[in-house]
Amino acid sequence: MNHNTDVIIIGAGPVGLFAIFELGLLNLQCHLIDNLDKVGGQCSELYPEKPIYDIPSRVKISGQELTDELMKQVKVFNPVFHLNQQAEKIEKLSDQLWKVSTSAGNIISAKCVVIAAGVGSFVPRKPPIENIEKYENTSVFYSVRDKKKFNGKNILIAGGGDSALDWANDLSSIADVTLMHRRKEFRAAPTTVSKMLNLEKKNKIKFILGQLDSIQESEGQQLNIEYKNDEKKDSLKVDFLLPFYGLKMELGPIANWGLNLYENQIVVDTEKFETSEPSIFAIGDINIYPGKLKLILSGFHEAALMAQKCFSYCCPDKKNVFRYTTSSKDLHKKLGV
Amino acid sequence: MGIIFVKDREGNSHKLEAEAGSTIMEIIRDAGLEIEAACGGCCACATCHVYVEENWLSKLKTRCEEEILMLDQAFHVANTSRLCCQLEFDEQINGIVLTLAPD
Repeated sequence: MNHNTDVIIIGAGPVGLFAIFELGLLNLQCHLIDNLDKVGGQCSELYPEKPIYDIPSRVKISGQELTDELMKQVKVFNPVFHLNQQAEKIEKLSDQLWKVSTSAGNIISAKCVVIAAGVGSFVPRKPPIENIEKYENTSVFYSVRDKKKFNGKNILIAGGGDSALDWANDLSSIADVTLMHRRKEFRAAPTTVSKMLNLEKKNKIKFILGQLDSIQESEGQQLNIEYKNDEKKDSLKVDFLLPFYGLKMELGPIANWGLNLYENQIVVDTEKFETSEPSIFAIGDINIYPGKLKLILSGFHEAALMAQKCFSYCCPDKKNVFRYTTSSKDLHKKLGV
Repeated sequence: MGIIFVKDREGNSHKLEAEAGSTIMEIIRDAGLEIEAACGGCCACATCHVYVEENWLSKLKTRCEEEILMLDQAFHVANTSRLCCQLEFDEQINGIVLTLAPD
C-alpha cells in the first residue's frame, strides 16, 4: 500500500513515540515502522516490568507504563503505525522527498525520515550451529506463518519460553511434536506450561532434555539433529526444526543506507541530530556524537531539536514561532485541551 | 584495583583491570572486548554469557531466579555458565578466569 506523510519514524520505542509529540506540536504528521508486533521497543519487549528511575518527574516507572503513558500523550496526533515489518529500502524520489519500503510491502513517502531504531530491530535469535542458514526457510523456521506445512510431519521445537511452548501445544494437534529444552522448567505462562505437561502425559508431545549441537542433512528432506545433555550426545531425525530462543537486536538494512556510521551507530550533529544525509535524522540509542549518553531522556531532548529542523524542511515558507504548551492557545488547540 | 582474565572468542587471553563495584560485564565491555550486553545489564537478555573457570565457581554468588530464566535464551549453556552482568567484581574474585560464550 502507498502512503504519504510528513515524517517517517523508524522505531516505535520511547524516543520514536515522543518524537510524534514534538513533531505533532509543529503540525507534522507521522507514520511509524517497527519490526515488533507492539509499540514500546526494548521497554515493552525486554523489560516491561523493570522499573526505570531516571525519567524526569517519575520517581519510578516500568518499561510498559512508560510506553502506555507515551501512547496516551501522542494519541491526539493520530500517528499511523506499521508494526510487524522492517524498514527495508530508502530511495530519494526528489530533492525533498524520500520513499521508504517495508518488508510487508508498504511504501511510505515523506519529506523527512527519523531513525529512532535503538540498537536495531528485533529479529529471532539464531542458534550458533554450523550451516543452519543452509536449511533456513526450507526445514528450519524461526516463526510459524503457515501451519499447514507441518501437517502430519515430524517437528522438533527447541526452547523453553512462551513461543516454544505455545507452538508445541498448538502444533501437537496436527503434527508429531518433540520439544527440546535444557531443563524441565519453562519461563512461559503457567497455564501454557501445564497444558504442555498434560499433552506430554497423553503422549501428544515428546519432551527431550538437551541443547542443539549440530545439524546434518539426512535421507529425503529430513534433518539429522545432534543434541547434547551434559556430556551425553544423542540424535534424532525430523522434517522440521523450529528454534525459539527469543529475539535479539540487529541494525539490519539501515546499515546499507549509505549513512555515516561509527561502530554500528549513526553519526549525527548535536544541533539538529541530522545524519550525513540531509533530512534524514537519527535520535535515541542509535546515534552517536561526542559525549553521547544512551539514556531515554537524551533521546527525548534529541527528538525536540530534530522536530524544529523537520519543520523547516516540511514547511519552508512558514515561520516557526517558539511557544510553550503552558500558555499557547495554538498548542492547546492542537493538544485538544 | 584488581584483575580478571578473559578469553575471547578467538581464543586470545586478556588481562583486564577491574574495580570493585563494577560488574564483570561492564569491565569486559569497557575494555572494548566483543560482548553484546544488549539490555545494558538489567538481566533482560542473555548476551553477556560467559563460562567461569571451574575452581572460581564456588566463590561466586549463586544464580538468582531471573538469571536462571534468562539463561534459557542462551546457547551452549553449561554448569559454568553465567550472565556476567550479574557478577559484581570484588576482592573475593580477584584474578577470576572467564571465557566469552559463542555468539
